[in-house]
Amino acid sequence: MSDETNKGLLSPLRRKLLMGMAAIPAVTMLPRASFAQAPATSAVNTTGLAVTDTEVTVGILHSATGTMAISETGSIEAEKLAIEQINAAGGVLGRKIKFIQEDGASDWPTFAEKAKKLLVNDKVAAIMGCWTSASRKAVLPVVEQYNGMLYYPTFYEGLEQSKNVIYTGQEATQQILAGLNWIAKEKGAKSFFFIGSDYIWPRTSNKIARKHVENVLKGKVVGEEYYPLGNTQFNSVINKIKLTKPDVIFTDVVGGSNVAFYKQLKAAGIDLSKQALLTISVTEDEIDGIGGENIAGAYACMKYFQSLDNANNKAFVPAFKKMWGEKTVIGDVTQAAYLGPWLWKLTVEKAGSFDVDKIAAASPGVEFKGAPEGYVRIHENHHLWSKTRVGRAKLDGQFELIYETADLVEPDPFPKGYQ
Amino acid sequence: MFGDYSLGDLGSIFVMQGFAGLILFSVYVLMALGLAIIFGQMGVINMAHGEFMILGAYVTWMTSNFFQAYLPSLFSGYFFLAMILAFVASGALGMLVEWVLIRHLYKRPLDTLLATWGLSLMLQQAYRSVFGAREVGVELPQWMLGSLHVTDSIEVPINGVFVMCLTVLITISVAYVMYKSRWGRQVRAVVQNRIMAGAVGINTEKVDRYTYGLGCGIAGVAGSAFTMIGSTGPTSGQLYIVDTFLVVVFGGAASLLGTIASAFSISQTQSTLEFFMSGSMAKVLTLLAVVGILMLRPQGLFALKVRK
Repeated sequence: MSDETNKGLLSPLRRKLLMGMAAIPAVTMLPRASFAQAPATSAVNTTGLAVTDTEVTVGILHSATGTMAISETGSIEAEKLAIEQINAAGGVLGRKIKFIQEDGASDWPTFAEKAKKLLVNDKVAAIMGCWTSASRKAVLPVVEQYNGMLYYPTFYEGLEQSKNVIYTGQEATQQILAGLNWIAKEKGAKSFFFIGSDYIWPRTSNKIARKHVENVLKGKVVGEEYYPLGNTQFNSVINKIKLTKPDVIFTDVVGGSNVAFYKQLKAAGIDLSKQALLTISVTEDEIDGIGGENIAGAYACMKYFQSLDNANNKAFVPAFKKMWGEKTVIGDVTQAAYLGPWLWKLTVEKAGSFDVDKIAAASPGVEFKGAPEGYVRIHENHHLWSKTRVGRAKLDGQFELIYETADLVEPDPFPKGYQ
Repeated sequence: MFGDYSLGDLGSIFVMQGFAGLILFSVYVLMALGLAIIFGQMGVINMAHGEFMILGAYVTWMTSNFFQAYLPSLFSGYFFLAMILAFVASGALGMLVEWVLIRHLYKRPLDTLLATWGLSLMLQQAYRSVFGAREVGVELPQWMLGSLHVTDSIEVPINGVFVMCLTVLITISVAYVMYKSRWGRQVRAVVQNRIMAGAVGINTEKVDRYTYGLGCGIAGVAGSAFTMIGSTGPTSGQLYIVDTFLVVVFGGAASLLGTIASAFSISQTQSTLEFFMSGSMAKVLTLLAVVGILMLRPQGLFALKVRK
């Protein structure tokens, strides 16, 4: 699906290949025709990464155990699928991708330790990994110190930018502002009730949302509530929502709390087909646990839904289900995780090298036309240009696309006027 | 904050808020009852309590799937069977655990903390391997969803009422079993003096095993009921464990009445505070109050009088 992009990028590599006489014996040993283009290892790897004439090693670093395994399993699956597809299409610079999977075990120091292991002992060329902001913050100093490359899939609060990280999910303004604009216009919404889990992402996101509601939309925030992670009782806040009668309930509750919140909302007689609710934390993955009947009618603001109707997605969804089972669902982050290996491959080919410095420099402007969400491009600030979409949850646990921005939304990790 | 609202609005909110408090109270009692027996009566610090609850939740999920696939006509009543199965499954696992692990540790109660914590990790990983890392959604029959319309503005969640009724039923049964039945007398005798109880002919090992099984079984029923209001995943049990211990310790470990009184006071404080401030602050203040009272009364609200 990305052949067009590759041809142009590969030609300088061919020249390098001709210069590298050392590569010729290795090339003749390779069984597949597509691998005949492989440039010499010494030319594409000057910093001692785990790159051989036939293989390149990357790391996958997610929580396969512990409380975050619920969310991160999808990311692991997506990354493995992408790697398999890239290998089937001839690999990267003629080399097959081999991956080493480490378990962050939902524990942030473990993430840092495993990242160090991947970079120092295994010398991986890139790491696809992390999920929560906490794990990313733990890994960030490690990838910066040892000059690694991290592809981070989750939508997050922004306020960060690093030479060593490519953020394949949306930062907060990208995700939130378009959704708020849409609901304000479409529903004439003036009053908002915010409810979130009590940690950095919901608090930062709600801060941005509040500024936007008050300053741009000229609306009113009638309540802003935070509950500890893992809270399972929401009856009091639901009563407050009933009392304040907001036009829109805006939520960023995460984890097991999410399930409790929607079940209790439904039980309290709040009908989401009448009461508008906009969430930035519920993907198809979460609905699996919540139950479609409890959340049908709610709006979610994301960049990807499994139900998207485009050629890339129509190839991606069946491939994913074929590899991981018919019942698996694909949420926003899973799709963003799928972009990681592909963007890395395209960047390596553009740079003509596995060297991290060259990849970091070559990243801005890299386009991936085969993205299931449509077209994405890496911005100067290492985030992605991508469209923002609003979907409406259906009984069967899928979203129906209601709205999408006409153009790609520019990533703005340090938004002026929103801090 | 009340200036903008009419009296009628406020009235109905206070009624619903009262129900919210009662529902929270029932949830606390339900999750703490099993532990009150295991920790309160036997002195075993059961850190795996949440995992026994989740076993009940998974049993409910499997029952629900089974009924959907094979007996769709009886689906509306499956929940009652699911609770019984949850009790049996968690109780059986509890008895097995007691036989393999706990009975070797009665003389070292502090070590049960580590042993059962390890057990909880093993169970979590087992659930993850068997049922998958993702959360599962338990589908409920239609009549258990939604709310009762009492008046136009007062609505009471049906699942909350269900949990309340279940809690009352289980509490009465437990009270009867522990304080009125012959077996309950044996349990209390073993708790008070294991050696003497054995000397008068009580089979203490058997009593221990069934007591532990009963506690775990009740945890299973609680887990089954909580599929209505919470999540079902490999680590969901962790969401309950802190609150559960809080209720039992605050109430005074060996007293059933204490557990109920403590669940009542904690839930009412929590739910009232939650209404007037943010959820996180409410939790902080509730915990502070509990810590303060425990400093004054280390034995908890109600304690058995013991000769020291």
